Amino acid sequence: MSSPVVAAHGAPKGFIRRYIFSLDHKVIGIQYYFLAVFSVFLGMALSVLMRFHLVYPDAKVSLFEKLWPTGAPGGIMTPELYLSLMTMHGTIMVFFVLTTAPQSGFGNYFLPIQIGAEDMAFPVLNMLSFWTTFLALVVMVAAFFVPGGAPLSGWTAYPPLSAVGQLSGPGEGLGQTFWIISIAIFCGASLMGAINFIATTIDLRARGLSLMRMPLTCWSWLVTAILGLLGFAVLLAAGVLLLLDRLAGTSFFLPAGLLVNDQILNHKGGSPLLWQHLFWFFGHPEVYIAILPGMGVASQLLSTFSRKPIFGYRAMVYAILGIGFLGFFVWGHHMFMSGMNPYSAFAFSVLTMSIGVPSAIKTFNWIGTLWGGRIRFTTAMLFALGFVSLFVTGGISGIFLGQPALDLYFHDTYFVVGHFHMIMGVAAIFGMFAGTFYWFPKVTGRFMNETLGKIHFYLTFLGVYAIFTPMHYLGISGNPRRYADFTNFDFLGKLLPIHTFMTHAAFFTAAVQLIFVFNLFWSIKKGKPAPMNPWDATTLEWTVPSPPPHDNFAGKHPVVNHGPYEYSVPGAARDFIMQSDPA
Amino acid sequence: MGTSITSDIAGGVAPPPTTQGFGGGDGEPGGRGAHRRASITGLMVLLAASVMMFAAFSSAFFVRRGLSNDWVDTPLPGILWVNTGVLVASSLMIELARRALHSGKRAAFNRYWSAATIMGLLFLGGQYLAWQQLNAAGYYLATNPSSSFFFVLTCTHAVHLLGGISALGYIDVQALLLRLGPGKRTAVDVSAYFWHFLAAIWIYLMALFLFWG
Ligand code: HEM
Ligand SMILES: [Cu+2]
Repeated sequence: MSSPVVAAHGAPKGFIRRYIFSLDHKVIGIQYYFLAVFSVFLGMALSVLMRFHLVYPDAKVSLFEKLWPTGAPGGIMTPELYLSLMTMHGTIMVFFVLTTAPQSGFGNYFLPIQIGAEDMAFPVLNMLSFWTTFLALVVMVAAFFVPGGAPLSGWTAYPPLSAVGQLSGPGEGLGQTFWIISIAIFCGASLMGAINFIATTIDLRARGLSLMRMPLTCWSWLVTAILGLLGFAVLLAAGVLLLLDRLAGTSFFLPAGLLVNDQILNHKGGSPLLWQHLFWFFGHPEVYIAILPGMGVASQLLSTFSRKPIFGYRAMVYAILGIGFLGFFVWGHHMFMSGMNPYSAFAFSVLTMSIGVPSAIKTFNWIGTLWGGRIRFTTAMLFALGFVSLFVTGGISGIFLGQPALDLYFHDTYFVVGHFHMIMGVAAIFGMFAGTFYWFPKVTGRFMNETLGKIHFYLTFLGVYAIFTPMHYLGISGNPRRYADFTNFDFLGKLLPIHTFMTHAAFFTAAVQLIFVFNLFWSIKKGKPAPMNPWDATTLEWTVPSPPPHDNFAGKHPVVNHGPYEYSVPGAARDFIMQSDPA
Repeated sequence: MGTSITSDIAGGVAPPPTTQGFGGGDGEPGGRGAHRRASITGLMVLLAASVMMFAAFSSAFFVRRGLSNDWVDTPLPGILWVNTGVLVASSLMIELARRALHSGKRAAFNRYWSAATIMGLLFLGGQYLAWQQLNAAGYYLATNPSSSFFFVLTCTHAVHLLGGISALGYIDVQALLLRLGPGKRTAVDVSAYFWHFLAAIWIYLMALFLFWG
């Protein structure tokens, strides 16, 4: 059977076509994954510096001065440098880690195999989208090195700060411009990726693989792609307007009579709130872009390692769709403090609460899946369980923030920082760890080391709770966010020991990640060899050799006869039925 | 189009493996049919992204317009009407070309398709003139919010159009080289739909400028 979709590219020979400008979705997936691994360690290093500065603001560190001669004169970090570290930390984590690895990394590698396709629908576009993402990362990191350094305005880039230029701070010159350009490039890359994910899922599924037989991973990748498609298009538009305000003298986001550093600006009539609306229209779906693929992985693993079908498959699918849909109507909950009409705030609040419903459905179904299962506590499973734990912890603080009356107080405190790190920062990263341990044998043909994996899991689990739980308490006590130094405020004095504790917990947790890095690279070469289907799982990727051949199924077209979660089926020969087993 | 996505979602039962149809895992993932379907889905997805982008600009347009009293309607240069006519005619030509190809009239296809491409270039030239005329009349990007949006929206549309023209030009070249086999039909259709979409967006933008300045 001829197959032009993929026969468009046979297995390439040269190194460059094979590993650099590869059209193979598996290579591209790995490229995305390592781009994210690089980014996550960069982002983590920045966070360690931030935590250090928060408790030792007067420490003289000559390394700081070497790295940032103007940002840390005499080795003492300036508040501006702190803010630039914070901005880059958030931006790199949200865009280049959480948007990149779970979707573009794992999704690229496993979506085509799980649906029985030979590759993504548009391999060239796929390659382009990776290299465009790479370019975006280069431009983003370059912001550190331009005169004035990295921008100060946070991952949300609120104007006026982000729009008025050099005048408002060192990083607000070229640094902020680079930031916006990088994000615009990233938007383009994400749009290309979304086109591929959606077309592939809709049109390239194997025979018999109806939508309702897709693994929940594929569902979450599909919905994430749709969110990315609609969200990034809007962010791109907003970025263009912001750039014009900076470079062309327009006034989309800048009001009249703005006084910055003793200078009155020429702009007139614009509104910073316009940016907030556009940004959060993207920004809220973005948080689901970060978490949905993790939910997919968690569902997959909880079922596989409990040896039970996922509880309420259909409800899970509708919950994913519901979360994706509702996610576009709640952006206002980030703006309760903007002086919005209380009636709008009420509407946004009710809609926000309603997202709790599908979220709770998912959580209960995960627990239902575990209930009475014969649980195998592999490292991958532990991380999936950790994901559920963190998702619940972070989700509950969201319910508080979704009340305008409470949020007026919590907004811009550490409570918010605690909330989003639990749910987006750590939960999503646990999803990535889970996926890494689970799929590593497929990608490399070897297991990762389970002992190291478990040590890494338990220490990380303790570490992240130690860092982020106290933040809620700090927030309730009125500790503001986005400050470089808390030592000069009387009312915060009592809280400083907590900050010290969190900083030490952060050092500890960061150090523990070295175990993972070691395990990852060591296992590629030295890990225990893994059979084709080491976890007794059911989906199509476990029917092909590890690593899978260039076109995944060696020219054959798999036929699917079963749903994705047929574990412990009464009367079956084994405790699992693979999707491609005879009907 | 045997089983549709909706019946797929509703039914949840895999159709018998022999039926040929839309997605639903019942097609041949490797076959040409799947390739064509995927291309059309890809295009629809791309159009959705474009629509979102123009929607974002439009909502910013209305918010900004209602926000303060510095909005001065931008006078529309007359040439925009000519441009509109040219683009609509070009869209028509593309459709004629597509139909000609489907009934096997290669020569007619070539004529219509190249005419459409040239009209597309004329439209771009016309847009350039319109920008020049506005500048001459003292309206620049940063003059006031209305002119800002005018330039942003027309430029965004022009960038889309450049993409469209590249696609049309590619087909032109393929046609001249006599390489327009059945495998290229999808490329022809997809480019044509995209071109119609650009004409539709342009008509929308004209209405926006006309009624809300
Ligand atoms: C039931 C679920 C959730 C509710 C009710 C909720 C509610 C909220 C609210 C009201 C805020 C604004 C707080 C403020 O700025 O004053 C917020 C912030 C945030 N949430 Fe959630 N949230 C939920 C789930 C999530 C999830 C799943 C993620 C990510 C995976 C997430 C990530 C974030 C982030 C990143 C911010 C802070 C953005 C910033 O200001 O920098 N949230 N959440
Ligand atoms: Cu939100």
